[in-house]
Amino acid sequence: MASHSHPSYLKIYIMLLVLFVISVAGPEIADIMKLEGATRLILVLITAFGIALVKAYYVLAYFMHLKFEKIYAPYILLSMVALLFVFFFGTATDAMKSEGHNWEKTPIVLPEDKGFDHHDDHGDHSHDDHSGHDH
Amino acid sequence: MGHKIIATGRSATGIPTGRLAVWWVIASEIVIFGGLIATYLLNRFLHGSWAESAAYTNTFIGGANTFWLLTSSYFVVLAHSAAEKRDAKTARKYLWYTIGLGGMFMGFKSYEYATEISHGFTLFTSNFWSFYYTATGLHGFHVLCGMVIMAIIAENDIKKERNWHRVENIGLYWHFVDIVWIFLFPLLYIAK
Repeated sequence: MASHSHPSYLKIYIMLLVLFVISVAGPEIADIMKLEGATRLILVLITAFGIALVKAYYVLAYFMHLKFEKIYAPYILLSMVALLFVFFFGTATDAMKSEGHNWEKTPIVLPEDKGFDHHDDHGDHSHDDHSGHDH
Repeated sequence: MGHKIIATGRSATGIPTGRLAVWWVIASEIVIFGGLIATYLLNRFLHGSWAESAAYTNTFIGGANTFWLLTSSYFVVLAHSAAEKRDAKTARKYLWYTIGLGGMFMGFKSYEYATEISHGFTLFTSNFWSFYYTATGLHGFHVLCGMVIMAIIAENDIKKERNWHRVENIGLYWHFVDIVWIFLFPLLYIAK
């Protein structure tokens, strides 16, 4: 690895701990403030998953020295992440929609889903009022 | 703080061969764990019962395990730093601290599994719990493997003051295992 300067490991570690505390506190704060629906969802998404991304970046960039590594290493990793996106978006439309132009999905109810109130609009269960293009 | 190349070997990429191999291991692990996480997200969107099931996981234990792994990541980077300075005593010390924290992680995980199983949440309870045990079990297995490899490096290489670059290589692997947990933690313990 070429010579470089980077922030002290202790500072990165402390920053990771602070981020960790925020990610745990997010849903607790949502409960204390009695947030519901979209507001709560946004807060949890930012504090849990947004911060997970930031934490992963700091570990990758500074603990794994990826920021100072030859460019091939990030290319290798990014190509794998790109493959994941292909997998996710390739299957997400099939999994999340109940019908398409030439197909309709047989509703599947998991044993543990029986009697569960499917009030969200993500369900794969065909309803009459469901046009199948809710996403 | 300066870094110098501590591994030898030819490589078209300019990256020491051993480290390049570890990057490829990590690349394959990205697909393994990323695939699991993507599958989890799809199921979580589709089945309301998954959010209900996630509410039964123990946030305190999940949080403590995050703390152990974050701290162990810090120690292993200090071990790497010491290895670069050819300070065998310090490098070994931090490697063993890391192994110790990995042990804490496994201990907490075992207690958590035991509690969950005793409450009736087993591998076959539902799709959520099947996923939970598969993802955390595979991750735990990686932690265990990392601990074993690290012990071998500490006692077989660093104690004999040879193969210093292996500290960095196992460090990269360990950080990646930490990153996987960084994503599993909010998925399984926080977003309820």
